[in-house]
Amino acid sequence: MESRNKVLLVDDDPGLLETYRELLARLPSGPEIHTASSGARALARLDSEPFRLLICDLKMPKMDGLQVLTIVRRKFPQMRTVALTAVTDEQFRSRIYALGVDLFWHKPGNEQEIRLFLECLESFLGAEADHPGFRGVQSKSLMDIVQLECISQSSSVLRITNGDQTGRIWIQEGEVIDADAGELQGEMAFRKILSWRTGAFEMLPAEPAHPRAIRQSYNGLLLEAAQALDEELGRQAEVNTSADHPVVQRLSGIPELEFALALEAGKAEPIVLRGPEDRDRMIAWMRTTLADFRAVGERLRAGPVRSIEGRGVHRNVTIAQAGLTELCMGWKSSLTPARIRELTRKVTSLWAS
Amino acid sequence: MGLLNMFSKPAASLLRLPSGSFTISREGNIVVGTIPSIYPPDLLEELARCVLAAFRGAVEAQAPLTELIIQYPGFKITARELRGGAVVFLVPEALATAPYQQ
Repeated sequence: MESRNKVLLVDDDPGLLETYRELLARLPSGPEIHTASSGARALARLDSEPFRLLICDLKMPKMDGLQVLTIVRRKFPQMRTVALTAVTDEQFRSRIYALGVDLFWHKPGNEQEIRLFLECLESFLGAEADHPGFRGVQSKSLMDIVQLECISQSSSVLRITNGDQTGRIWIQEGEVIDADAGELQGEMAFRKILSWRTGAFEMLPAEPAHPRAIRQSYNGLLLEAAQALDEELGRQAEVNTSADHPVVQRLSGIPELEFALALEAGKAEPIVLRGPEDRDRMIAWMRTTLADFRAVGERLRAGPVRSIEGRGVHRNVTIAQAGLTELCMGWKSSLTPARIRELTRKVTSLWAS
Repeated sequence: MGLLNMFSKPAASLLRLPSGSFTISREGNIVVGTIPSIYPPDLLEELARCVLAAFRGAVEAQAPLTELIIQYPGFKITARELRGGAVVFLVPEALATAPYQQ
């Protein structure tokens, strides 16, 4: 018998909990709905049984929603999370997405908002939820979303989050006029955002005064992005990605780790434990850097390379040895060197064990 | 004693691991440094090439770096990116155990 997905609703208002329970009963996949009236109770429930989705109010006494979601993201990284709020504050939205929460949703007020909300929740519970695609729109790629917006001559700003990366695409009367993603702007940013295979998106109000930085038609932009995506998928297929590698699951407990590659002695292909954005180049960098500094070490009679630590503005990188394997790890730039060393030891011991 | 001395090997000229720093221009030339001249210039040039290649490769891999620390058992190389070039610090950590032999 197929087990039903379980959803946990957390809100300190018993009336609202009951209302949402009734709403969620409409979901086509028919999940089991459980409720908790406080953050502490919710965490206790999550510890005792597995849930697929957590929907949490932000404003609660004692332990607020941000605290609950922070703990849940750390302890249960696979769980889908939705922050529900009546607070319309951009700062809250940023903090919520920075935590890696799947969806930040204002409490729905009318039938249309309720329908959209339920569609989003259903997309988290369906089978496609584990496949690439943009959360918030069932099994749609970001390319589909942009195309739909342009065909319908819409004006809007799409805000896309992919892990801790955020991008925006400005659409004005059916044309893509600008994009930003980190330090990238314009077409470069657009291509970067379109290369994200998963994430969450939301539609923000149009900004008609936003200056136009992209002149190319949306068709041309999408065509280029599609070609780049195809090429990338082709390259990735050639790389040995071991999603079922035993270490992969255990690495999920280290959210600070952005990517991990393992180069085993005597094997030509590396194992991608957690993918960097540009695998091929990162693998090439790892190989070249190791080979170069090994040669320097030999000339100096300094012995074998023990570790290479790279510090950057956006990301830190470590190459370390675990037995006969070289591990290359990417870390969030906010981590201190001491913390990186501690986490590096943790990853190398996980690999060695 | 003289006979024994005649058959003994000449003492190997041991060089310690280099200690000091040098600056590399963005073209890969060593601009200024405090490394003693007893170390072969091509060794430092090779090290300079590796450092610049590591910084540039990291940019291509979308992980631009500002600092690199390469740790050997008795030796540490620290390189800081400097407007396309780099400044490199060489620090022996256990001089007696890891001599450089020319």
